[in-house]
Formats: sequence, C-alpha cells, structure tokens
Amino acid sequence: MNSASLDNWILTLVTFIPLAGGLLLMLFPRRDRDIRVFALVVSLLTFIVSLHLPVHFHRTQPGFQFEINSQWISSPNIHYHMAIDGISMWLVVLTTFLTPLCVLISWKSIHERVKEFFILLLILETAMIGVFTSLDLFLFYFFWEATLIPMALLIGMYGHGRKVYAAIKFFLYTMIASMFMLAAILWLYAKVGSFDFVVIQEAIRSGRVENFSAAALWLFLGFFIAFAVKVPLFPFHTWLPDAHVEAPTAGSVLLAGVMLKMGTYGMLRFNLGLFPEESRHNANWIMILALIGIIYGALVAMVQPNMKKLIAYSSISHLGFAVLGIFSFTQAGLDGATYIMLAHGVATGGLFMLAGILYERRHTYDIVEFGGLATPMPAYASFFLFIVLASVGLPLLNGFIGEFLVLSGAFQARAIYGILAATGVIWSACYLLWMYQRVFFGKVKHEINLSLPDLTGREHAALWPAAAMALLMGVAPLLWLNTIDAAVHNVLTPVAQLASKVVGQ
Amino acid sequence: MSATPQTMQGIPQAVDYIRILPEIVLSVFGMIIMLIDPILDQKQSQKTIGVIALWGALAALAATVYQAQYPGMAFWSMVQVDSFSIFFHFLVAAITFVVVLTSFEYMAVQEIRAGEYYGLLLFGAVGMSLMSSAMELVLVFIALEISSISTYILAGFRRRSAISSESSLKYFLLGSFATAFFLYGVALMFGATGSTSINEIAEFLRPGQPSVLAYVGVAFIFVGLGFKVAAAPFHIWTPDVYEGAPSPIVGFMSTGPKAAVFAVLLRIMFQANAPGRLWLIWVVAALSMTLGNLGALVQTNVKRLLAYSSIAHAGYLLVAFAALPNPGIPAAMFYTASYAAMNVGAFAVVSHFGGAGERYVNLEDYAGLGRRSPLLAAILTIFLLSLIGIPITGGFFAKFYVFSAALQANLVGLTIIGVLNSAVGAYYYLRIIVVMYMRDEREEISVAPIPFGLGAALAISLAATIYLGVLPGRVLDYASRSVADLVH
Repeated sequence: MNSASLDNWILTLVTFIPLAGGLLLMLFPRRDRDIRVFALVVSLLTFIVSLHLPVHFHRTQPGFQFEINSQWISSPNIHYHMAIDGISMWLVVLTTFLTPLCVLISWKSIHERVKEFFILLLILETAMIGVFTSLDLFLFYFFWEATLIPMALLIGMYGHGRKVYAAIKFFLYTMIASMFMLAAILWLYAKVGSFDFVVIQEAIRSGRVENFSAAALWLFLGFFIAFAVKVPLFPFHTWLPDAHVEAPTAGSVLLAGVMLKMGTYGMLRFNLGLFPEESRHNANWIMILALIGIIYGALVAMVQPNMKKLIAYSSISHLGFAVLGIFSFTQAGLDGATYIMLAHGVATGGLFMLAGILYERRHTYDIVEFGGLATPMPAYASFFLFIVLASVGLPLLNGFIGEFLVLSGAFQARAIYGILAATGVIWSACYLLWMYQRVFFGKVKHEINLSLPDLTGREHAALWPAAAMALLMGVAPLLWLNTIDAAVHNVLTPVAQLASKVVGQ
Repeated sequence: MSATPQTMQGIPQAVDYIRILPEIVLSVFGMIIMLIDPILDQKQSQKTIGVIALWGALAALAATVYQAQYPGMAFWSMVQVDSFSIFFHFLVAAITFVVVLTSFEYMAVQEIRAGEYYGLLLFGAVGMSLMSSAMELVLVFIALEISSISTYILAGFRRRSAISSESSLKYFLLGSFATAFFLYGVALMFGATGSTSINEIAEFLRPGQPSVLAYVGVAFIFVGLGFKVAAAPFHIWTPDVYEGAPSPIVGFMSTGPKAAVFAVLLRIMFQANAPGRLWLIWVVAALSMTLGNLGALVQTNVKRLLAYSSIAHAGYLLVAFAALPNPGIPAAMFYTASYAAMNVGAFAVVSHFGGAGERYVNLEDYAGLGRRSPLLAAILTIFLLSLIGIPITGGFFAKFYVFSAALQANLVGLTIIGVLNSAVGAYYYLRIIVVMYMRDEREEISVAPIPFGLGAALAISLAATIYLGVLPGRVLDYASRSVADLVH
C-alpha cells in the first residue's frame, strides 16, 4: 500500500486496532500469559502504526490532515469525520505510547479476571484515541462517553479500598457534566443541521446560525463544564483524588496521562474553536480558577500522607497551568499548554507507574511506611528522581518547556497571573522533592523495606521509555513544537482577529 | 355495520387472504401444535413442539415479506396492508421467534408442559399482528382480545408458583376491566361519528369541531389501550404481573402486545385524527416517565425493576405521539423496534439466570455475575446500556428521534421532563452493572452454560440492538414511508 492511500485510512486503523484486538481477546481461552502477551502485541502494534502520523505529517501545512469524511447516518446527519492537526496528533501518539507501558505495568499486579482487564484496557484505548481524532461532534461525544464505561469498570473491578464508591463518583461526575455538552451539541445540530465541527465552525463564523448571540454563552458553558470536570478545574476536582487513589496503576496512568487531557484538548478545540468571543469574555474568571487550581492543588499535595493522592493533587496543579495557558490567548501560552499536556502525560504516567511498583511490593501508598529506600532499591530510586525532576520542571527535562512557555504567555496576558503561577513551580518542587526525601533518603526506617527487591526486567522495560521520552522532550522540544505551533496559530487566528476588532473599536 | 353496501356484497378474493396470510400461517401452526400435543409423549414433546413453533414464527416472517407486495384493503376494508402494518407484522413475528428460542431452555428447567405454551404464544402473535392491520375498531377489539387472553394464560404458566397465579389473575381482572373501557370508547365513537371504521371516523372528524362525545370516546379508548401498554396512571398492575409471569413471557408481553397496541394507538391518534390528542398524551407521557423511573429506583427485584423501566419506556414512546406526524410516527415505530430488541434480550438473560423456579431474580443474586459468567454479564450490560440510551445502541437513536420529534413540535417542557428522566433512569440500570461487576457474591450460585437456543436468541437481540444503533438509517427510512399510509 503506498502512503497516499494509507493516509486515508490511517486514523481509522489507529483508532480501531485496539478495539479489534480487544474483541479478538474475547475469544481467547483464559490462559493469562497468552492474554498479556497478546495485549502487549496489540498495543505495541497500535503505537507503531500511530508513528505513521508524525512521520508523514506535513509540517508546513496548517489545518487538518489525514482526513476521512463520509456519511455515516443520513438522519440525523452524522458523518464519520476524522482528522488530526498538530495538536491532536501528539495526543494520539501519547495515548498509544502510554498503553503498552500500562500493559507492562499490569503484568503481575492484575492476577484476577485478567482477560476482562486487558479487554477493557484496549477498548479504553480506542475510545481515547477516538476522542482526539473525531471531528464530527456526535462521533466525538460518543467516544467521549465511551471512555467512561471501561474506566469506571477498571476502577470498580480492579481498584483497592473504596473502589466502588470511587468508580461511581467518577462516572456520575463526568456523565452529568457531559449531559450539558450533549445539550449544547444538540442545540447546534438543530440550528445548523450538521454535527460536523468544521461545518458548524463555518456557520458560526459567517453568522448563519440564528439566535446564536443569545445562546452563545450557554453553549460555551455547556461545553466548558464538561471539559472543566474532566481536567479537573478547581471547584470540580473532588472526584479525582478518590478515583486515582482507588484505581489500579494502569487506570491511574491512563486517567492522568490521557483522560485529563481530553478536557484541556476539548477546551482548546471546541471552546476556542467554536466560541472565540465567549472564550475571550470568560477568560478572566477561568484563568483565576486555573490559578486557584495551581496553588490549591500544590498546597493540598504538600500535606498528603498518601503518595498516590499527592501525585493526584499535583495533576490538578499541573493541569491548571494548561488551562491558564489556553485562556491566555497567546501563542506561547497555547504552545505551552499543549506541551504541558504531553509532558504531564509522560511524567505523571511515570510517577503513577513508580508508585504502583512500590504498591506491588508493600501494598501501601503511605509515605511514612517508607524511608531510606535508596539503599535497597537504587535503580528504582534513580528512576524516581529522574521522573520527579521532570515533573518539577528542571531545565532539559520535559516539564520545564511547557511551564516556561505558559508562564511567558501568562505574563503577556497579565503580569500578576504570571507571577502567581510561577509560585506554583516552586510549590511543586517543594512537595515532590520533600516526598522524595521522605521516601528515599536517610536510614531504612522499617525492617521490612530492607528486603524489597529492586526493579525487574519488565519494570525496567516499562520505565525506560518514559524516562527517555522525558529527556528527549526536554532537549529537543522543537520536534513537537513546530507542528504544535502551526496548529495553535490556526486556532488562535480567529480569536486574535476578534481581539484586534475589539481594540479597533 | 360500517362498511358500505357495495363492498359488503363482494366475495373475498384470493388477494384478500394474502393480506391476512401471516395471521393464517400463525393460526395453522398454533392449531397443529394443539393437535399433536396430546399425541406426543410429554417428556419428548418439548423440543418437537418448540421447533414447530419456531417454524411457525419463521413462516409468519416469510409470509409478511411476501405480503408486502400486495398492499391494499381486504375483507370489506376491515384490514389494510401497508408498510406500517408490514413493519409491525415483521416485528411481532421476530419477537415471537426470539421468545420461542428463549423458551426452549426455560421449559426444560421449569418443567412446564410445552403444548399449550407454544400454541398460546402463536395465537397471541395472531392477535398482535391483526391489531396493526385492522382498520375497523371492532376488529381491533377482537384482535386485542385474542392477544390479551393468550397473555393472561401465559402469565400464569408457572403453575406451581402462587405468585404466578396471582400475576395471571390480576392481569386478567384488570385487563378485562380495561378492555371494557376500550369497548365503551368504541361505542361512544360510534355514537359520535356513526362509524367504527378508522378511515370513516377520520373523514367525519376532519371538518369542523368534534363533539364532546368524540372527546370522551377517544379518552375511553385511550384508557383501555393505555392499560395495555402500561402507561401511568394505568400501570399499577405491571410490577406484580411481570414479577410473577415466566421471564420469557415477560420479554414477550413487554414488547409484542405493546408494539401492537402502539400501532393501534398510532392509527387512532394520527390516522383517525383523534381530538384532544395533545394534552391527553402530554399528561400520560410525563406521568409514565416520572412514575416509572421513580418506581424503578427503589426496586431490589430485577424483574420488578425492568417492569418499572418498561413503564418509563412507554412514557418516552408516548412523547412521540404528541409530536407532529412526520417525525413522530417514524420515531415511535423505531422506538418500538429497538425497545423490543433490547428488552427481549434482557429478559432472556434474566430467564437463564433465574434458574429452576426463578429463584435468582433479586439484585443481590447478580453480585459477581461478571466473574461467574462474563459473557452473559457482558451481554446484559450492553442491553442495559441500550436501555439507558448510550450511543451505538438502538436505545440511543430511539430516544434521539423521539426527543428531536418532540422538539420540532415545540414540546420543550415534555422534552426536558424526558431528558431528566433518562438521567434518573441511568442510575438504576447502572446499579445492575455495578452489582454484576463490582460486588462479590455472598453465596456461590452456579450459572448453567448457555444452551444453543438461548445463545441464538441473545445473538439476534444483540445484533438487532447494535444494528439499530450503528446503522439506524434503513429502519428509520422504512418507518418514514409509513407516514404516508397513515396521514393523507
């Protein structure tokens, strides 16, 4: 197959290979080893196929690529419309990158109902990729909701402690919030007669949507609330610590690594893309909420006795940066926000994997249970330090680039926001390094920790890619940023035009 | 009584019989079953008779397809074959087919005599089929009685269980009461318009202001039919009857007779241009959705829970009746089809899992089903997701079409009530899923392997549910064609 014809099908392939693998897995006999190997093969295959996207992406060409658009259902008018730009492409690759690592990290820790676990994981991967590739709002909404069910089942079936409570809380929070988005989507469909993102965007820009100006604020909020719960933005965040603490490691990795980005991606694509004017009008309070999230998340993370909860709150803080960057409406801010999404996926995914490795050995996340772990587990400690530094934002590692860009964007937007957000960077160094110190330095406090085995080969295999990616993204950010920059420019142009119009008046 | 003198004189032609061919086929097969049942040995007869019933349903499907080439009136304009009636004939025959498949195992496990059971299923299907093509209210009444009497008996088929007998008796008493309302309504309609033919009533009602008598007639007819579809406030019987009746039969009566009665309602409301339609439907739909969902929230018995859910679904469906004919009629038809697919399937799982004497029908019995029988749990999950209305299942588009039809008719209030109710509904369906996957079983309840018949039934319902959710276009297009049959 030559690459031109593959270009039409590549997104369909990338999206549905995991699902096909999951369906095949249903036919497997319950021999756990085979199932694990097969899941690993499918997820690796998806990753390799997804690499076609960055390799064949036309970096100079703005707008959507690898487009496929054909009628799916005539009434209602739903299209199978998929395409990616420089932003969503990397999120797709992030998803396919993290899933094989999740398979590896769940190798031993999942020993019951193994088959169902990997089926759910693969279905989840398809749904997450679909969220980033869909351009038809109906298709998008479908994938968006479809991520909920496997994730809720993963938490509820394979989690720890109050897993059922956490699963239901997660499900209801996000489900109810996305009802508002559905209402907004249906309103748009009723007026425009299409679910197609591009068509609706066109219609709104040319002012062909009747009653739009009266409804725009509500539509904006309908989308926004669904995304804000997912991110999660400050007052909507209470589901996140519960879900993370009780989730199995792979669930946490994908939840933090990918699903939270679905929220920020949604804001970038749909809130900014469809309602630039409303985005501008509401940017102020959203940025303030993001700032509260950054600082509040960091302060709460500081006092957590539970390692996993600490990482969960750090996610709230880091995603606050992404939202801040998006609503700063500056090129640097949006570039940085996108970069943070990717960097956070790699770094926090890594942190959750590391926490999971420790849990497998000690069955606890409590920081006081550890101390001096650097002695029995030197390799583990090194990986942990590396990922922590990446997450803190040490220059030459991936967290730095995004935070730096967002901060410069925030300064351009409003200096005080930049200053306040910059304190977030300091806080994150405090709580992560302090946690590192309590867990790894000093003498071994508990006898039992002396005999903990260091990393196994499989765990090395799961951690090396994450660490290498953290470094690569830190030293060669342009590999990512040049496509992101072009796409962000595209997103920002109508907003910027609007701004100059306002200024012109 | 209503037919004009010239048509009365005519002798039925061959084509007249083709236009009731599915009914004839089903009756013949039903009679064959009744005749050979006493001859066969009781132990061995179960399978044989079941297979005959299966062929009967299949033959009715074939007859329906054949009949589709002969649209038109038959028997002095008492029967009308059009794409509308074909749609419902097909649906009823398909439901019967799947229910017979489900019953194979059930008969064996519950040790029920097969003869009358399968016979009555087919006779019930005769009545339901006839309801969708009858153009004469008296014929509707007869068809309604054929279907009702069959289901009254079928509801009491677990003879050893007191609760089943109670269910049958309750259904019979209240059902008869409701049919009397219907008949009274027909009589009042005749008084108001001088006819019992739907077309002639429509002719009479079209110009001018309908009399008070016509309003009352419509209301009484609606009470009778509302009972049959379990719409609030005529729904009180539903949970008790569904709880006691055999599970495959609950799957049957919650879909087959309902589809048929909805067909009659569509004809009366739209084709006969019933006065007072809007407000009557508005109130009943809102009540059904709300009471059904609220009732389901507190149930611990899965059959009762699904009974309340069927009340709620009758409410969603009625929303389409308040809309304009054009999006309303196809939306309602699509809803009956997708509801049939998911509900027959759900009850097939319930009947398999119930075990001998239907012992395991409580929510807590489902705990850990995801571990004990992953396939069955996964299938039930899909049906439940469809009942919630999650995309790529038939239940989603069913709700979508109904609510968008309502919005086009500017029924914003009713739509909001409906959408809020769907959110409430999600809770109790999800509860079943949560229990299946996330709770540990208290006692080890073994689940029998899935036998062939049930497997086929589940496969068909699953395929239909997914098909309607992925490619709803063809069914909807077909349903849209019926609009022209009903509204002139």
